[in-house]
Amino acid sequence: MFESLKRLYHKFGSPKYFYDITGRMLPWLVALSVLLLIPGLIYGLGFAPPEKYQGNSYRVIYIHVPAASIAMSGYMLMAVAGVVVLVWRMKMAEMVAKSVAPIGASFAFICLVTGSIWGKPTWGTWWVWDARLTSMLILLFLYLGVMALNAAIENAQSAARATAVLSIVGAVNLPIIKYSVEWWNTLHQPASIRMTSSAIDPEMLYTLLSCIAGFYCLFAVLVILSTRCEILLREQRSSWVKKLVGV
Amino acid sequence: MEFETFADFIAMGKHGPYVWSAYGITLVVVIANILAPVIRRKGLVEEIKRKAKREQLES
Repeated sequence: MFESLKRLYHKFGSPKYFYDITGRMLPWLVALSVLLLIPGLIYGLGFAPPEKYQGNSYRVIYIHVPAASIAMSGYMLMAVAGVVVLVWRMKMAEMVAKSVAPIGASFAFICLVTGSIWGKPTWGTWWVWDARLTSMLILLFLYLGVMALNAAIENAQSAARATAVLSIVGAVNLPIIKYSVEWWNTLHQPASIRMTSSAIDPEMLYTLLSCIAGFYCLFAVLVILSTRCEILLREQRSSWVKKLVGV
Repeated sequence: MEFETFADFIAMGKHGPYVWSAYGITLVVVIANILAPVIRRKGLVEEIKRKAKREQLES
């Protein structure tokens, strides 16, 4: 078991293997994200029942919650890749960590903007400095910090090490975001989906789960596309890349 | 369908501008994220080809 995991780890550490296997995975992931997202969002917009108190404004939930979840998981992925960079100096982890940053930042941005738009008719304000909103804004700034650091350091390996440290330290923010609605008295509502009992109607729940799964597939597609570019850039001297582009 | 007419669907019971702007902004950000690596890839492939051609000329 451990041996085969180790072998898998070494395989994925090879840029050529990563490029080949993700190339085969991409069409499936694209199909899956379309099949989950399009019906999910259409159902969420037109068929799911309106919310008792919020009316139709709640329909923003079908993008807001997936975006928030992905922004946090994306950061977690970046921090874990950062650990791999620092401990094992794996080149593939450097490339994944660098690729995740702008995509994660996009989802943090979507989460904040849709939340703000949802807040206006629901709370009567675009923004409050409560614990959930503030910690989420800090997450966006952490992503932007990682991107700036990556852009500021010329040498790819030194940039990866520096951003790894920043991403790992910044991961402290993740539990703060998650538990902010429990630790502090916030305007933000508590979690809608829980392992034991969910706070929402089953019709809304399944629609939301489909959107979450679909957005995760989309996120995987985006990370893979961006990482493959990074591989082409860094491995351009290798014979397999030259053969691939036809020179 | 929760809405009787298409106009009702667009209006979203007074919440139309909020819901549609949230979905619209998300769509724009997602499309930008899809296009960025596609455009970048094209540029990279061209650059690698150009470099190879130059090296061939030099040798």
